[in-house]
Amino acid sequence: MSEQQLFKVTIDNITIEVAPGTSILEAARKVGGAVAPPTMCYYSKLEGSGGKCRTCLVEVSKGSEKDPRPMPKLVASCRTTVMDGMEVKNITSEKVPDARAGVTEFLLLNHPLDCPVCDQAGECHLQDLGYEHGREGTRTEFPRRTFAPEDIGPYIQLHMNRCILCYRCVYTAEQLTEKREHGVLDRGDHSRISTCIQNALDNEFIGNVIDVCPVGALTDKTFRFKNRVWFTKPLEAHRNCSNPKCCGEVRLWMRGAEVFRVTARKDEWGEVATASNGTTGWICNECRFEKKETKDWVIEGPSNINRHSVIAQGHYAGTVGSAGKSEKLIDKVIGKEPLYTLDIHQVSEVNQPNVHLDRIAGPAHSDDFKQ
Amino acid sequence: MKLLLEKAHIEGIHHYEVYRKNGGYSSVEKALKMAPEDIVEEVKKSGLRGRGGAGFPTGMKWSFLAKPEGVPRHLVCNADESEPGTFKDRYLMEFLPHLFIEGMIISSFALGSNTSYIYIRGEYAWIPDILEKAIAEAKENGWLGKNIKGTGFDCEIYVQRGGGAYICGEETALIESLEGKRGNPRIKPPFPAVQGLWMRPTVVNNVETIAAIGPIITMGGEEYAKLGVGRSTGTKLISACGNINKPGVYEIDFNLSVEEFIYSDEYCGGIPNGKKMKACIPGGSSVPIVPTNLLLHESNGNKRLMNYESLSEGGFQTGTMLGSGGFIVLDEDQCVVRHTMSLARFYNHESCGQCSPCREGTGWMYKILKNIEYGKGKMEDIDLLWDIQRRIEGNTICPLGDAAAWPVAAAIRHFRDEFEWHVLHPEEAQTRNFGLAHYADALSPVV
Repeated sequence: MSEQQLFKVTIDNITIEVAPGTSILEAARKVGGAVAPPTMCYYSKLEGSGGKCRTCLVEVSKGSEKDPRPMPKLVASCRTTVMDGMEVKNITSEKVPDARAGVTEFLLLNHPLDCPVCDQAGECHLQDLGYEHGREGTRTEFPRRTFAPEDIGPYIQLHMNRCILCYRCVYTAEQLTEKREHGVLDRGDHSRISTCIQNALDNEFIGNVIDVCPVGALTDKTFRFKNRVWFTKPLEAHRNCSNPKCCGEVRLWMRGAEVFRVTARKDEWGEVATASNGTTGWICNECRFEKKETKDWVIEGPSNINRHSVIAQGHYAGTVGSAGKSEKLIDKVIGKEPLYTLDIHQVSEVNQPNVHLDRIAGPAHSDDFKQ
Repeated sequence: MKLLLEKAHIEGIHHYEVYRKNGGYSSVEKALKMAPEDIVEEVKKSGLRGRGGAGFPTGMKWSFLAKPEGVPRHLVCNADESEPGTFKDRYLMEFLPHLFIEGMIISSFALGSNTSYIYIRGEYAWIPDILEKAIAEAKENGWLGKNIKGTGFDCEIYVQRGGGAYICGEETALIESLEGKRGNPRIKPPFPAVQGLWMRPTVVNNVETIAAIGPIITMGGEEYAKLGVGRSTGTKLISACGNINKPGVYEIDFNLSVEEFIYSDEYCGGIPNGKKMKACIPGGSSVPIVPTNLLLHESNGNKRLMNYESLSEGGFQTGTMLGSGGFIVLDEDQCVVRHTMSLARFYNHESCGQCSPCREGTGWMYKILKNIEYGKGKMEDIDLLWDIQRRIEGNTICPLGDAAAWPVAAAIRHFRDEFEWHVLHPEEAQTRNFGLAHYADALSPVV
């Protein structure tokens, strides 16, 4: 088989051609929209990640052209490679929504309901997943699992109670830093992310674990309780970072003229985007934690967040709710209308895009939006 | 017919001299004169199925082993026997270490593995010494080491102790643990036959499977295949425990009926104290529990036999599995709810915590079962349990999720009235057991 030969794969009745070795998930992301399964642990930029959270389960109704038998179980699309002629059912499957609802329930089972005080709220993947696939109420009546607080250094706040054990931060430390200082200790439902005996995470790239964390388990201490992410507005900016491995291309989260936090730029899947020099846009700790003045940065302009989440509402540019929505999808996906994630304006009166938050004195109040 | 335990009664059989005098290592002599491919072919012909629980044909597993040029291959023996109710491998390793080492040498030769490993569970603290002594004796006598008996084949066997984790009995978790990492199962594919230990092609086999290789080579694959019934060939070790008169390890033919196994004096010797049998788990804790009336007869009324096909007849609706052969018998005094709770606690404790359905679901099931057992359960809890196990099963990385879900599913499927009785009579459930109800003993008339 020559290298150029492409595999035909049909996902939710949409056929595309992808290179051999592509995972079902990557193929589905090429189709885009609701066809792409949600992911909590898979991170395309981290080698070896995925397969753990089980939210991306899909049904393979036809294995390949050569062996058309369907796969007996649902498979993790992030770690299953496509075969020629494979037919995959994601949102058109009968079984997948049930399994995904189950996984969502399991992930939320011991997750604390502290979204109101969680810094990740608004850009949290688990919130999005819960909104799409979760139940209205909980069926558990047991106290949630808790862990003793642990200090892992001056920059990163670890909230182990919120962790869903995606292992992304472990892979990040493994692949970005010279020496991994944290990992998973213990077993089963008491496994926890921890450093060995109260170590502080100290490496110039370790701040990236904050960006890869899908939930609020690892958050930025310099931003902690300073503001809600949907009140801050994102700007693309860059600086000439002295660190050769840092691309220096960041996203500033501002309110008025104040820089509240600095993160890497993220793509529509919530992953760190590819930088202009072609490498993954990881940023160093200096850029992330130390440079909190506008004069440190060359501002390129407003960011266009095309991931569906609450933060997508906080734009300067008016792209609210339009990203990723392609009309042709609805025609093609037979029998089911694709489900789009949270459009906050359908459910809430607050945070209307036409109200400029930076013109409101003090914390925003619901009255400010009702005018 | 006894193949594995044939020499078990001989005094001092764990010593090399005694074992050799009684015909030991003759199968290695025979195997070393054969071509490795022919040994694989012989094992294929024998129809030997993996004795660790899944029952995958061993010959087929061996033939899947990738053989890239210049890359070493490994044989890993899974001696991490941690399934509650299963203790057959311990018996083999403790009393017949040379039979096992013999199988290791032949298998290593057939697969071209110059470095083979025995991964033994940490709780078997005294057995690594027995095995290492046997390996040293074999090496002294030229059955291991460099250029074995002039064939040019080198082989070393190492014994590695585990840390006592059930999950490390899953082959990819075992490989991770053997590499010195956290024992998390790997995501398959790639399968170990392609990328296993240190990313090299690896075969992982159970102790009993490997021990059976010697007799297969001695008697020939076709002869071995004649023993047994249908696709269940050869003999099987069953470790029987629970409410029986004679617990222990028995070697059985596959055409033995379950009824005979439980009640005959040659095997379990019946239920003690004149009690009646209520239920049985025939293959280690993770296979579905079945009530006696379903255990002893297939759906067509024939007697159920102790083999892979007969025990799984009827699917999980009325059947179960042979699994690893950990035969647990429950008499009328046992409480199925308590028993299921105890298993759920085990799986909760042993889940590796890697994938979410198993990590969260096992703990949830345990807590609900604990509530029901201690009189705090609600009727909805039973349906909730069913829903949880349904969403764990098949959605996890490794079979531990299934293993945790099946016992709960089977207990609810067959013993729902006992769960309901616990919910409806919380006070009474604390003082007495539910008893037999309609799960009749075979020796009393079946309604």
